[in-house]
Amino acid sequence: MDWLAYDTWIVVVGALCAVACALPGCFLVLRGMSMMGDAISHAVLPGLALGFLLTGSRASLPMFVGAAVVGVLTAVFTQWISQFGRVDRGAAMGIVFTTLFALGLVLIVQAADRVDLDPGCVLYGAVELTPIDVAFEAELFGIVLEVPRAVVTLSAVLALNLILILVLYKEFNLSSFDPELANTCGINASLMHYLLMSMVAVTTVASFEAVGSIIVIAMLVVPGATAYLLTRRLSMMLLLSGAFGILSAFLGHLGALTVPSWFGFDSTSTSGGMAVATGVLFTLTWVFAPQEGLVSRWFRPTEQDLEPLT
Amino acid sequence: MNVRRSLLGLLWCLGSVGFAGLGHDHGDTGRSLWTTGMEWPAVQDGLEVLILQNYNTRLVVLSTAILGLASGLVGSFLLLRKRSLMGDALSHACLPGIALFFMVMVSFGGEGKSLMGLLFGGTVTGVLGVAMVMGIRNTTKIKDDTAMGIVLSVFFGLGIAVLGMVQSMPEASAAGLESFIYGKAASIVMQDFLLIASVALVVVICTLSLMKEFTVLCFDEGYISAIGWPARVIDIVMLILVTAVTVIGLQAVGLILIIAFLITPAAAARFWTNDLRTMLWLAGAIGGISGWFGSSVSALMPRLPAGAVIVLVAAVLFLFSMFFGNARGVLLRFRAHRHLHRKVGRQHLLRAMYEVLERLSDTPEGTLPRNVRVPIKDVHHKRSWSHARLQRLIAQAKREDHIEVFPKKIRLTESGFGEAARITRNHRLWETYLITHADVAPQHVDRDADRVEHVLGPELVGKLEEKLAADGHPLVSIPSPHLIATGRG
Repeated sequence: MDWLAYDTWIVVVGALCAVACALPGCFLVLRGMSMMGDAISHAVLPGLALGFLLTGSRASLPMFVGAAVVGVLTAVFTQWISQFGRVDRGAAMGIVFTTLFALGLVLIVQAADRVDLDPGCVLYGAVELTPIDVAFEAELFGIVLEVPRAVVTLSAVLALNLILILVLYKEFNLSSFDPELANTCGINASLMHYLLMSMVAVTTVASFEAVGSIIVIAMLVVPGATAYLLTRRLSMMLLLSGAFGILSAFLGHLGALTVPSWFGFDSTSTSGGMAVATGVLFTLTWVFAPQEGLVSRWFRPTEQDLEPLT
Repeated sequence: MNVRRSLLGLLWCLGSVGFAGLGHDHGDTGRSLWTTGMEWPAVQDGLEVLILQNYNTRLVVLSTAILGLASGLVGSFLLLRKRSLMGDALSHACLPGIALFFMVMVSFGGEGKSLMGLLFGGTVTGVLGVAMVMGIRNTTKIKDDTAMGIVLSVFFGLGIAVLGMVQSMPEASAAGLESFIYGKAASIVMQDFLLIASVALVVVICTLSLMKEFTVLCFDEGYISAIGWPARVIDIVMLILVTAVTVIGLQAVGLILIIAFLITPAAAARFWTNDLRTMLWLAGAIGGISGWFGSSVSALMPRLPAGAVIVLVAAVLFLFSMFFGNARGVLLRFRAHRHLHRKVGRQHLLRAMYEVLERLSDTPEGTLPRNVRVPIKDVHHKRSWSHARLQRLIAQAKREDHIEVFPKKIRLTESGFGEAARITRNHRLWETYLITHADVAPQHVDRDADRVEHVLGPELVGKLEEKLAADGHPLVSIPSPHLIATGRG
């Protein structure tokens, strides 16, 4: 296996996407809304399709706007159905995203004779191809870097998320753990909810336009959950989840290049590899985490053992 | 042009669901009204497909209808257990199994297209995924939704990774594997139909015969272990049934849209009833109708994928149920809420006026006050209502003929006076009862009584009177048991 500059760019794109997703993902995990990423990434299909059909071009801006709007609408509809219809939130989410996805499929198939807007392409993405689409060239220490467009997009999203979370850290923190207290303190908890949902929607759309939805869904939930097993502090959880995201991006690409060769295949999808890598890191943490891990739980004396003998 | 055509197609299928009865001739008027490029099916063809007379589409329509029925049944329990998205995690977790088994079957010399084999593989990883969700939930502080999110994304990623390898295989007839993601109902043949029908039959029989156990599990998890039933086993059986439905649905509607099969009919049925039996057969019926009608429409119209149309039909039925359901529907609840809101407002206004009258009146205590004109300002100061709300209440009371309106003053009509006296009397009866029998402090009693009095029925008032009369309280015109705040006025 040869590691090229090309591969480094793939890992950089994956890592940027991972951190951009993991930050809002931590709040999703804490708020019990982890499935929102999955829901939004499926639901934006009609937004993409409409954005394309109305403008007739595959330029990213209209499609991005369409998808982001539908993404936020998913959160809004879910909230309405569960609030006014008194339906369980999970069920409401399921109804909304499957309906929107079906709508998107119909729209796309109708337009199929003119477009290669393949739903498969939208869903799997092609992180392997991102380095081809070069945004600009930069010279650093005499080395010419061909910076891919995806790096530019994802850096912007990451910066946006970072700034939002840093500026509104206290507000997000409080409204995630105790929305009622947040309301009494003068923080509008439902506004924070919709702000977070918009952040998730924009992140999801921007990143899967670049790298495909599987990475996005995995990176939104799994690094956050892994970090959640290791710490009880929100700031630490955010940091750790970012680290896990970067690590899985690297391991995922490496795995996608090497593991298949053990079975006699060439290589496989990097998106899939990165998702599996987050799962491997999670499983390791689940088993070996110092406080919450299966192993330490096994050896830790239970309350019964600690009771004095009578 | 394309936008219009696709939007029109969408409208057609949504519209024809709305008028399911008229749906058949809809196509014909469509031709004369909008002469777009869309080819509208003839009435004859439409009827043929819908009543299963068309040989080509009969199997597809029947299979999806059966599938809808079975998943509606199982989905109801999933919904009541608040686990609707488990189907989501489960269906995604099936993908790696399907891809892996394809690889295994090819490497053992098979052609790798046996549906049974592929679905078996899907079942294995699906069960594994569910087990992992339960494991994560039971051994860590991570909650259900995150556990499902983890399993879903990791298993799906694994599936994509394996698919990526499969596609480089020389025997790459693997193109068919992707149809498990989006579904390909049109590819159903007799063998598939028999598989779907028999699995669905088993699922329905199991669900119905285990109904008592499932019901207890859904509504009272603690009770089930208390009476010694194996709660975990029942839970697992339920999830196995869900897995079975999901797996047979994969081919027809695909792994993303099968989730809608499990959730939407059950959630729609919930709006029509509070009775579990009714909900079960209603959910089955809604699922069956969506499957039948959706796949018929898809068969009649060019380029409408069956899975998507079925889901849209189910979604329309859901929306209809959500608004018009006669047990928990939004409109019903909205009307009940508005009715109560009005009743409370009327009672507050009349009582406030009555209390002002009592203060203005010079008749001896224990007799009715004289009915004179009351300044609106005094009434306004009785409660913390906004000016606009008071104006609305006055307008409402005038319509109901309880008051007459004069400039800056209002006066109770004869019927309004009787009503006001009755309401005030009830309020005080209740207050007196709370003070003498429920040990509520007199300073708090006004507000406590305020919350309950609007729902006091005449029967309860009668009992209260008896109780209080036995204790020797005056009951003709009851003085307030506490000091009435006069406000700023």
